[in-house]
Amino acid sequence: MTAEQAREQLATVGGVTVAPDAHPITVHVLPEQWVDVARLAKDTLGCTFFNFLTAIDWKAEGLEIVAWVDNLEAKFAVEMRMRIAPGETACPSLVPVYRGANWMERECFDMFGVRFAGHPDLRRILLADDWEGHPLLKSYAVDTPHPPYR
Amino acid sequence: MEIKAPVPQIPASFWKSVKDLQEWETHHKRRPDTGDKQSALFEQVTEGIHNFPGGFALTTVADGFFNWARKSSVWPVSFGLACCAIEMMATFASRFDVERLGMVPWASPRHSDLMIVSGTVTIKMAPMLERIYDQMPDPKWVVSMGSCANSGGPFRHGYHVVKGVDRVVPVDVYVPGCPPPPESLLNGLLLLQDQISHFRRTGQRAEPNAKVD
Repeated sequence: MTAEQAREQLATVGGVTVAPDAHPITVHVLPEQWVDVARLAKDTLGCTFFNFLTAIDWKAEGLEIVAWVDNLEAKFAVEMRMRIAPGETACPSLVPVYRGANWMERECFDMFGVRFAGHPDLRRILLADDWEGHPLLKSYAVDTPHPPYR
Repeated sequence: MEIKAPVPQIPASFWKSVKDLQEWETHHKRRPDTGDKQSALFEQVTEGIHNFPGGFALTTVADGFFNWARKSSVWPVSFGLACCAIEMMATFASRFDVERLGMVPWASPRHSDLMIVSGTVTIKMAPMLERIYDQMPDPKWVVSMGSCANSGGPFRHGYHVVKGVDRVVPVDVYVPGCPPPPESLLNGLLLLQDQISHFRRTGQRAEPNAKVD
């Protein structure tokens, strides 16, 4: 499986938009396809290495989830991007496909408040359990003083 | 499958009555005026000796002796928080050798007199730091080392850093720098020794001294 073959394979999936960038192979997918495209990338395209998962806050346009998986043998990468609706925080979890997504999704929940449906253990991972709010959201007031130490 | 966010357990919302950061700046921790924890009887006896005609000579000499002893064996509790700890270790090591000042880095807060807050204090770490401070016996001193511990430093406008360790514990000496070199920290420790030598007799905080404070 080369990068070109992977690009062609991804373009055949309905609803998936493949961006023209050479590296990484960027695909914009719909929320209902999120897990299916990840499974395709892992099983068919050989992207076995889960690099990272994070989110981008586009304010009024909602959140965008970004996941990056690598095929280390053929040396190409697939970057999956998905928009979730404004005001929406639910997202399907990739943990059934990639075990490496576990802590990444916990961090994403911690920082952005994305609720990953199907995640086995969705708790905060970096911040304290009693933390109020999700600090990497643009709406988070950073300088707000909070007791007892902030 | 529906996933619920953890329900935050927040203490009473004191900060809502705080107008802005400037007002919040006034909420620094201070050393309590009561000073050392000791019995009222001892306090009365020392007051009596001090007020007895000629008794002040005894108490001031004893005072100077105790303060000399205190400042000559300030044991810092050895814990580091961030990159400032590297400079602190260099200060403890043989080149800058604080042991000649009577400072032995000690790995137990129960036997220590000084806490060097070396580095960024995150909000998650602050309760542990306060606990270490509480475990130290009186009299105890705190040196805030580096910009992060002084004011939050480059992370001041971040979401996760305490904006100065004086929000958590009372601080005696602030050492500026990012990180402060060992010479700076050594200077801070010498200032602290000077400050300790001006303690009044019961271990309370000294009157403001133009040279130190």
